[in-house]
Amino acid sequence: MTTKKMAIIATKGTLDMAYPPFILASTAAALGYEVQVFFTFYGLQLLRKDLSDVMISPLANPAMPMPVPMPVMVQMLPGMESMATMMMKQKLKKHGVASLTELRDLCLEAEVKFIACQMTVDLFEFDKSEFIEQCEYGGAAMFLGFAGDTDICLFV
Amino acid sequence: MNFDKEFDASGLSCPLPILKTKKSLNDMTSGQVLKLIATDCGAVKDMQAFADQTGNPLLATEEANGVYTFYMQKK
Repeated sequence: MTTKKMAIIATKGTLDMAYPPFILASTAAALGYEVQVFFTFYGLQLLRKDLSDVMISPLANPAMPMPVPMPVMVQMLPGMESMATMMMKQKLKKHGVASLTELRDLCLEAEVKFIACQMTVDLFEFDKSEFIEQCEYGGAAMFLGFAGDTDICLFV
Repeated sequence: MNFDKEFDASGLSCPLPILKTKKSLNDMTSGQVLKLIATDCGAVKDMQAFADQTGNPLLATEEANGVYTFYMQKK
């Protein structure tokens, strides 16, 4: 049986949108897939050593369930983003959902390959020392070299 | 049912029961049986899917008061 392959492009750096790539990558690896995740633009935030700054905003996120209906004018007040993030993290913990760091570690342990977009690093003048060491830096052509040969390819 | 190793994934949500199963199977030998306990009802279909895709037979699934017990044999 040939090894199945999956490629994911992770472009979002918020707490909610960080979960799908890490969940799918770790699960696919557990099922025996060879997995690569290409982190580009805001997705690069998910490769930071410290993930505690990854947040969720109720702003422009109308599908996010809120304990009480909240007008946009209120959502934009200072501190709302931190509050929403805190509440979301409490909810995740209460329901036994793994933390992002835990899921990312499980990916690494299962040999999921992380590729950081070099262009994004240059564009935002990121300091590579802030990113985990277990990622490779590369571009679109490098990613497509793997993605072109996969069974599943997702853009998140 | 006899088993060689047990992992309690109670309280853990998707995909952790599957990831913990995979990790537990890693250091077992062929033919040994893993007993996995979970409270995530999604694990019922996920464990079957894991068995189907990895070839590790799911010998039995039991349910009692919202607690699921799976017996999986390492292929």
